[in-house]
Amino acid sequence: MDLLEYQGKQLFARHGLRVSPGRAVTTVEDAVAAAEEVGFPVVIKAQVLIGGRGKAGGVKLAADADEAREHARNILGMDIRGHIVRKLWVEHASDIAAEYYAAVLLDRSAKKPLVMFSVEGGVDIEEVAERTPEKLIRRHVDPLQGLTREQAVEIATAGAADADVVEGVADALLALYEVWLEEDATLAEINPLIVTPEREVKALDAKVSLDGNALYRHPDSDTLSDSENEDPIERRAKEQGLQYVKLDGDIGILGNGAGLVMSTLDVVAGAGGRPANFLDAGGGSDAEKVKQAVELILENDAIKAVLFNIFGGITRCDEVARGLIAAFADIGESGRSIPFVVRLDGTNDLEGRRLLADAHLPNVYTAKTMNEAAEKVVALAAGVGAAA
Amino acid sequence: MSVLVDEHTRLAVAGITGREGSFHTLNNRRYGTNVVGGVTPGKGGQDVEGIPVFDSWEQAVAECQPNTAMIFVPPRFAADSILEAAAAGVELVIAITEGIPAHDELRVYNLLKRERAGGRSIRLIGPNCPGILSPGKANVGIIPASFFTQGNVGVVSRSGTLTYQIGNEIARAGFGCSTIVGIGGDPVPGSSFVDVLELFQADEQTELVVLSGEIGGSAEEEAAEYIAERMSKPVVAYIAGFTAPAGKQMGHAGAIVSGSAGTAAAKAQALEARGVRVGRTPTETAEIAVEVLGRASLPAA
Repeated sequence: MDLLEYQGKQLFARHGLRVSPGRAVTTVEDAVAAAEEVGFPVVIKAQVLIGGRGKAGGVKLAADADEAREHARNILGMDIRGHIVRKLWVEHASDIAAEYYAAVLLDRSAKKPLVMFSVEGGVDIEEVAERTPEKLIRRHVDPLQGLTREQAVEIATAGAADADVVEGVADALLALYEVWLEEDATLAEINPLIVTPEREVKALDAKVSLDGNALYRHPDSDTLSDSENEDPIERRAKEQGLQYVKLDGDIGILGNGAGLVMSTLDVVAGAGGRPANFLDAGGGSDAEKVKQAVELILENDAIKAVLFNIFGGITRCDEVARGLIAAFADIGESGRSIPFVVRLDGTNDLEGRRLLADAHLPNVYTAKTMNEAAEKVVALAAGVGAAA
Repeated sequence: MSVLVDEHTRLAVAGITGREGSFHTLNNRRYGTNVVGGVTPGKGGQDVEGIPVFDSWEQAVAECQPNTAMIFVPPRFAADSILEAAAAGVELVIAITEGIPAHDELRVYNLLKRERAGGRSIRLIGPNCPGILSPGKANVGIIPASFFTQGNVGVVSRSGTLTYQIGNEIARAGFGCSTIVGIGGDPVPGSSFVDVLELFQADEQTELVVLSGEIGGSAEEEAAEYIAERMSKPVVAYIAGFTAPAGKQMGHAGAIVSGSAGTAAAKAQALEARGVRVGRTPTETAEIAVEVLGRASLPAA
């Protein structure tokens, strides 16, 4: 779960990382009031989960109330690569002597936390890593021991932080590690980590991803993230406990098991179709759940056809077919103008397909293999009549 | 032979008194797996259709000497249950539980690694996995055993249903499996592809391995290197998630493309560059496996 900058900064502050005073607002008037409260000059920053905000004009400096009003008016509602700006972060502008970079993340390959530090901050860190890898210090941490002060100082020194701020950088790294550990983050990144003319070390930005599986330990964090900008269908799916990802095609996909559904998207794309979503319907036999899943898929107006891909294991295909028949009866005519291809394979697949055929559901076609199902659904989405 | 579970398996199950736990435990026993006990704190002294339940792993080990633990408890208790089973002396822990926090998995992985460095034999498979099946010998977990017969194909996979899909197509072509190992879809699995490939390479029964990977992390790239350098047996691979957008978690906690890292294309490329054939669909993967097996089983001229 990715957090907005200001949400990340709130977590930073909680763990002793220095950040500028600021306020999150949603209206022009509140932005001006916030600017007056934190004191001019201020920076007004678009709160969206996408990089390149500055280049898009979503970050502006304001010297007085008039400028603050103008910038807030321009930035609110702005579309930054598909993300609509609904929230602003207004903070007191900082004087900058140097821009560093710091991050703590879960290194899946090493299966350890990885601390990164560079004095080349304020730019795309992947470019630094590529062009001047020696300037990006990377150190693994023993997770059973945690980041030690000694190691933090070594990292700051190895990265060639100015001598008078080595201790300050080490403090920031220790605090950042604490954020990563105690907030169950998978990533905690500061770019830039600035040094002020007064030689203070301060987080000017925040990029934090939290582990969705650990939210039960952080009830406060559950409401974070960019919920206003979340796709409404994805949000509803989350509320229903379904795993749904919106894509930009016109073929709805659901199946049982994350791997099988991912594979189904690929096979449909390979057959020339464009998947409209990822949806793991879990076991797939509970009529109520199947109905929820089907309704969710049909909420997307772009849908022209749907592929329901089931490989029955412990869940039997005849149970799945019964669930589907009940679900379709419940959905009624309105949702039934969209053709469905149902692929049933595995345990009791013959019985499952027979049940579906006997139910004479209009606009529902069956298939035995994944490839056959993909070809059928692609033809149907393209409007090529009823495939046999 | 086969790997990890077989007729010598003595299984105990944490969470045996839960709905899912008891259903799958009894399913495993019906298959012929020797289920010796279960663990549910506070329910010691009860039994599940004759299988004795203990309050702790320590008691279960003392009373019925399991050598394999299956973890079916909810996510927030799973890490402790895994560590408790390991501390009690169980050498193989198979964690089915989905939804364990990544930091817990990291702690468990590194604690078990430290135990191994100290000379102990302890292995974790999963979490968030369907378990392990050695056809005709033992089934530990939720893999539908009816599709699989005994044979010479080893399967290792990050996804459950995809494993059944590919395995079933190989079975329809007349081939059986030595062992099917689900390593799970989480970011920090207890065992990686490489760990399981190592076992298959050493297993006499296994003649070919099917590896089913997906987006996220770099376990497939590491497997490619291992296969090229250490394996004499043929490996056929499948990768799911070519159409997955960056930054979106595709069902499994570990199935996510981060920036430009962990894409299906990069994984398939890494495998092919090391001489591993990669099927574009599950069906094609099974066909390649069958083709290679067919060649291998021709009598030597």
